[in-house]
Amino acid sequence: MEFQAKINVTLKDSVLDPQGKAVTHALHALHYESVSDVRIGKYMEVRLEAESAVKATELVHGMCEELLTNPVIEKYSFELVEVVS
Amino acid sequence: MKTAVIQFPGSNCDEDAVKAVVATTGEAADLVWYTEEKLDDYDLVIVPGGFSYGDYLRAGAIARFSPVMKAVQDHARKGKYVLGICNGFQILTEAGLLPGALRHNESLMFQSMTLGLVVENAATKFTHHYDSGETIRIPIAHGEGNYFADEATLRSLEANDQIVFRYANGENPNGSVADIAGIINDKGNVLGMMPHPERAVSELLGSTDGKRLFTSILTSWRDAHGRA
Repeated sequence: MEFQAKINVTLKDSVLDPQGKAVTHALHALHYESVSDVRIGKYMEVRLEAESAVKATELVHGMCEELLTNPVIEKYSFELVEVVS
Repeated sequence: MKTAVIQFPGSNCDEDAVKAVVATTGEAADLVWYTEEKLDDYDLVIVPGGFSYGDYLRAGAIARFSPVMKAVQDHARKGKYVLGICNGFQILTEAGLLPGALRHNESLMFQSMTLGLVVENAATKFTHHYDSGETIRIPIAHGEGNYFADEATLRSLEANDQIVFRYANGENPNGSVADIAGIINDKGNVLGMMPHPERAVSELLGSTDGKRLFTSILTSWRDAHGRA
């Protein structure tokens, strides 16, 4: 089966996000004063083969922990969809 | 003492590191390509600065998986010396050889300047030619040098004297926690630092304060190998 994982990586809540802060200020300057916080992250799409959704989920967790994120400062979440051709 | 300076695609301080080692210690230094799998002949491995693999994903994230890094891990496990400078420091944290991580500078700006560093621990194999508490002038050049470690890690770094260099009072260029500029592992044979000692080995470069880092390593190695 073919799957696609849509992965979101962001800095942990405890880690200051200077990019997010700069963008918050810029939004305020653009009259979006109601914005209280911006966190900037990365979005990745990974296509993979796996025998089941359970197996694919396990593989994506592995990739996220070993390479796609740095667990010291980042966290991730993902959505897995089956690719039907 | 034989030194290997690792070259990744995108390293750019490799030649400087070789020249600094040769000029300050009079010992041999080789450039070693990232595909090499053995570093048995070497006593000191330098992971130099630059933008290995274009800093894709995160600085140091991809370099960590190159063939030579297994050999660097073995080298470190044997208690031999590893020095990571700038991007090299980033690679060593990604590889788990040093704790913590390096984030984007708080200012979001690439910072390139010479600044003051306080030698916090002058009892290491890399720093014993300095005086404890001495302020030295070494250049920095980085966009992601903002050192981060969680509370527990930070406490253990402090408790074990693993913080080797801090930015001098008021000169922290990147927002790093506790003004950290360089740390050593608990075994004392792996040092990572954002500033560039290899760029401070001649009056022509504006400072010679980096010299004693290399001469410290040389005498540590000589003492350990019974050579005068």
